[in-house]
Amino acid sequence: MTQLVEKVIGTEPYLADVNRVRPDGPVWLRKTRARALARFSDLGFPTTREEDWRFTSVAPIVQRPFRLAPADPAGVAAADLAPALFGDEGVVRLVFVNGRYAAALSDVSGLPPGVEVGDLGAALASRPEAVEQHLTRLAGCAQAFTALNTAFLEGGALVVVPAGVVVEQAIHLLFVSAPGNGPTVSHPRVLVVAGENSQVRVVESYAGVGDGEYFTNAVTEVVAGPNAVVDHYKVQREQAGGFHVGSLHVALARSANVTSCAIALGAALSRNDIVAVLGGEGAECTLNGLYLVDGTRLVDTHTTIDHTQPHCDSHEVYKGILSGRGQGVFNGKIIVRPDAQKTDAKQTNRALLLSDEAQINTKPQLEIFADDVKCTHGAAVGQLDDDAIFYLRSRGLDLAQARTLLIQAFAGDILGRIRIEPLRERLEAEMLKQLPGNGTV
Amino acid sequence: MLEITDLKVQAAGNEILHGLNLSVKAGEVHAIMGPNGSGKSTLARALSGHPEYQVTAGAVRYLGEDLLAMAPEDRARAGVFMAFQYPVEIAGVNNSYFLKAALNALRKHRGEPELDAMEFMTLVREKAKLLELDASMLNRPVNEGFSGGEKKRNEIFHMAVLEPKLAILDETDSGLDIDALKIVAHGVNALRSPDRAIIVVTHYQRLLNYIVPDFVHVLSDGRIVKSGGKELALELEDKGYGWLEGEPTGAKA
Repeated sequence: MTQLVEKVIGTEPYLADVNRVRPDGPVWLRKTRARALARFSDLGFPTTREEDWRFTSVAPIVQRPFRLAPADPAGVAAADLAPALFGDEGVVRLVFVNGRYAAALSDVSGLPPGVEVGDLGAALASRPEAVEQHLTRLAGCAQAFTALNTAFLEGGALVVVPAGVVVEQAIHLLFVSAPGNGPTVSHPRVLVVAGENSQVRVVESYAGVGDGEYFTNAVTEVVAGPNAVVDHYKVQREQAGGFHVGSLHVALARSANVTSCAIALGAALSRNDIVAVLGGEGAECTLNGLYLVDGTRLVDTHTTIDHTQPHCDSHEVYKGILSGRGQGVFNGKIIVRPDAQKTDAKQTNRALLLSDEAQINTKPQLEIFADDVKCTHGAAVGQLDDDAIFYLRSRGLDLAQARTLLIQAFAGDILGRIRIEPLRERLEAEMLKQLPGNGTV
Repeated sequence: MLEITDLKVQAAGNEILHGLNLSVKAGEVHAIMGPNGSGKSTLARALSGHPEYQVTAGAVRYLGEDLLAMAPEDRARAGVFMAFQYPVEIAGVNNSYFLKAALNALRKHRGEPELDAMEFMTLVREKAKLLELDASMLNRPVNEGFSGGEKKRNEIFHMAVLEPKLAILDETDSGLDIDALKIVAHGVNALRSPDRAIIVVTHYQRLLNYIVPDFVHVLSDGRIVKSGGKELALELEDKGYGWLEGEPTGAKA
């Protein structure tokens, strides 16, 4: 009974605020939103009794009455964005404040003809039929947070790359939360459609302004057409008062190649769900991730890689650096459907515990229904190697330098795979700043 | 330079060195020989400050300082270098990046300006040539995927770059073929100078054909049982270690 009461309390402010969503838009969208809202109201927020949320209590989110963030908050200036930016040249930048496109802070010049990068809200108004065939199709409504995002769907980022086009510039989608009075929530939305044989790099980053409490509830859908190459990054650098729940839904057609790298450096609590469906022969999906938790922070990652067709490869490497009383959760599911013969799936999860109180819960989950496949998984939890520390010290590095060097090396394995150099350098510096002891080499 | 007095060291609760005395002056090369388990490597590790080796008695003075009171990195910064018997593989740490950090830590300690990337690379190329080190080894993770011989050569390469005052080579020759042994010895000899001392810990006499010591000490059961000139090594090669057991003497060098 208390369960039910908690659900009602949790959903109430959201149900009240949904009236603030613009009631216009195409009929299909209005219907989708209504369905999503009903679904959210039905499901309520998940509890730790659900297997998928066993180690992550969302009570801190449920207990705070997050109200829909103001659409046009005062006081977000270009200078506030600086810490989240990387590179100047060859980066197309779209800034969203509280989920709404901020044209004045954005720069979308220099894109190849036919490439559409801009405000999803504007596209929904001007040519909704083009968006309809993809939007919400992958994300669905199965999970409460995703349903909640869709219930509030009226804008966000849209990236459409026509068939055969290679976009040289990295496309940076920066979502900034600027809390108003009291705790606020925003529901960022991203849709990326990469046409056949196209190529694109997209960086989503999430950051906040100020010390207030806020909740970011993000959903991203990536549709990779036949032979498309998509290089995707998600950089979560929310403020200490930020709560972040996000999901990424990826569909890969025949021979598509999608890499997604998730870097989580901030937020009091962050949960990231990734679902990648390898839906065409010869597709290849790479999921990498690095998270840093300290204090009492928690980072939860759930990934599902669904092999439905033959000759698909998936590679997954996730690493966590945990200190203080930080907590990490990693759940990596690989499904190999009966038709998915010759699947090659490899999953690695490693956690580095820098304190006695830090905690990691890690679980690989393999569901294999085909017989001619190669699937491997490995999980390792460990501390810094004492022999290595002594070796480094005996050459003149002090203890802090030695530890930092080893932690950098551990993280470098993931950061080194970032193919956008200014982003990689930015994150390397950012990570170093956040390491316990703040040592430098 | 180094004055070891009545040194007792234990590891995992067992005493391995039972009161060792040794005196090393600048410019000298000392060889410490002895059978397996005699305490040779324990001596080397205790001198470098390995945390698993506890000194329970005795004293070690290095350039007038209490070496045992110093942290491993402070020993390194004061000019002590140990070439590891088993160099540690460190995944993800670039060999030259690490070496640059180490060299600059030493330089900083000495009040010298840190080397920039260009100056460092010039130095490193010169020293790599001395050790006939393949350039690719500089940019690989430290010792990872190195052959046994490459690891030992890399140790001496580090030593050549860091230019210690006191170098301790812990069985650097073990597992080396004769060609690698000559290269390593050549690297060590290049470093011999009147203001530098070298302690060569070895099980076999062969290395001493190439690094000719001024003094040879035989370690047995945690004590130096015999000391002599380079001819002692040849005698050991001939007769083995058996004839020395139970023949404790004080080491005078």
